[in-house]
Amino acid sequence: MEKKVYFRGIALPYLLLLPQIIVTGLFFFWPAAQAVRQSFLREDAFGLSSQFVGFENFTDVLSDPTWLDSAFRTLLFSSSVAILALASALFLAVQADKHIRGANTYKTLLIWPYAVAPAIAAVLWLFMFHPNIGIFGRALNAMGIPWNYKLNGDQAMLLIILAAAWKQVSYNFIFFLAGLQSIPKSVLEAAAIDGARPMRRFWTVVFPLLSPTAFFLLVVNLVYAFFDTFGIIHSLTQGGPGKATETLIYRVYTDGVMNLNFGSSAAQSVILMILVIVLTMVQFRYVERKVHY
Amino acid sequence: MVTHLCLILGVLIFAFPIYLTIIGSTHDVNTIGRGDVPLLPGGEGAANYSQAWGVGGGRFMGVPAGVMLFNSIIMAVCVAVGKIAISLTSAYAVVFFRFPLRMLFFWLIFITLMLPVEVRIIPTIQVMVDLNMTNSYQGLIVPLIASATATLLFRQFFLTIPDEYVEAAKIDGAGPIRFFLDVILPLSRTNVAALFVILFIYGWNQYLWPLLIVNDRSMETIVVGLTKMIGSGDSQNEWNVIMATAVLALLPPIAVVVLMQRWFVKGLTETEK
Repeated sequence: MEKKVYFRGIALPYLLLLPQIIVTGLFFFWPAAQAVRQSFLREDAFGLSSQFVGFENFTDVLSDPTWLDSAFRTLLFSSSVAILALASALFLAVQADKHIRGANTYKTLLIWPYAVAPAIAAVLWLFMFHPNIGIFGRALNAMGIPWNYKLNGDQAMLLIILAAAWKQVSYNFIFFLAGLQSIPKSVLEAAAIDGARPMRRFWTVVFPLLSPTAFFLLVVNLVYAFFDTFGIIHSLTQGGPGKATETLIYRVYTDGVMNLNFGSSAAQSVILMILVIVLTMVQFRYVERKVHY
Repeated sequence: MVTHLCLILGVLIFAFPIYLTIIGSTHDVNTIGRGDVPLLPGGEGAANYSQAWGVGGGRFMGVPAGVMLFNSIIMAVCVAVGKIAISLTSAYAVVFFRFPLRMLFFWLIFITLMLPVEVRIIPTIQVMVDLNMTNSYQGLIVPLIASATATLLFRQFFLTIPDEYVEAAKIDGAGPIRFFLDVILPLSRTNVAALFVILFIYGWNQYLWPLLIVNDRSMETIVVGLTKMIGSGDSQNEWNVIMATAVLALLPPIAVVVLMQRWFVKGLTETEK
């Protein structure tokens, strides 16, 4: 869709675009290009000289068993967060969509966690599950379950999954609710007249109509779990114990910022960039499809 | 009945961590340190909040929450306003003008969707160091104000504005700047309001970028400052002050979302699609 009527002017449009172009050029394209360049270089420990090493940084990263471990861990973490956050949001949205008294109050009470920063969500969960002072941490220990997320890697993983999913449910809830409310009531009534019971109506009518929303949210949740959970991991477990909660993005940070291993960090960044590009394209194919509905 | 029970349970699961934090912020440090946090408020609230607000706490003798809140508000407001401003003008240029390389510029903006800050950390910091922008508000704000989503949203909206408006403006002898100020801006105010809520939260919740770009502690934002107060998560932390700071860090964004709920939901569902 294009406008048929427009303004004349050569300098003005460029001037209007200039701020955005400067910001994207300086802080997006230049650094991204540098990341790509660095991924083909190897610097000595003092950063005094560097040499072109081709794909060596990439092959090093991809053949490093600890990197593959964190890739696998990231997959486990992201899919757990996405499934947990999507399932509970869908359940709550279906409940809130029923015509009950106080539906709006429930909505307000369910959407505010969106405003909680991931890092702050981590602090709240730490306070509940601290082995010595946390109400649940102590309860678990009192029940004879040795709970200490600082020593037990599985428990640390469980804790960051819970904190990350808790924070994301409200986002999914808003989209599911909007999706549910756009389903024509006549379709559901027709199914009811045909004798379909509520559960059957949900799985055969509502769920298929909701699937584009669900798919869109799945991609958004995966991107969230990949990138935005850095704050959760940094403030809860710092990737530990050992490397039990070190996701790919956390590793880019430790290798690059902490260990100053630029070539490897840059190669990892480029791999992640390719991943984001793939995820974004998938997301946009969904949007295109939705436009044709 | 079952529906109500499910929803109430959901609300409780969301609210409980916050409830516990508020309770924690009203007890003295020893009660929490022993692990004896009761489920009812204590009497130390005033003392805890005034220490958090004016002095700070934690292992590294933190920054007062008042200072960090101020930094967070500056950052969140400027990021939101900046993103909206540069997206409005660039979307206006792309939709209402014809000029060479127009679509190239549009795609350049679009591609930034795929370059989150997390994947270009090191070189972006390098740029900041070269520009001498570390430890400054500009450093916190400017790199975050490019926004592909806001530009896309405004473009989408501008395309729905009928051609007759432009024709009428031309007949009246109004130029593009006048048209922008008198017609486009007033028409966009719902979108702007909705977007402001989303982008304010986005700016407020930033973590990795402020963590890396600021090491002068008086420039710290409250989200980063709070997690620094916890140190290694020991039970010896000043949990009472930490919890009071956490409550202060939660209040502004939650207030914005709850008070501007209508705009917020609209902004969210429109921006993302």
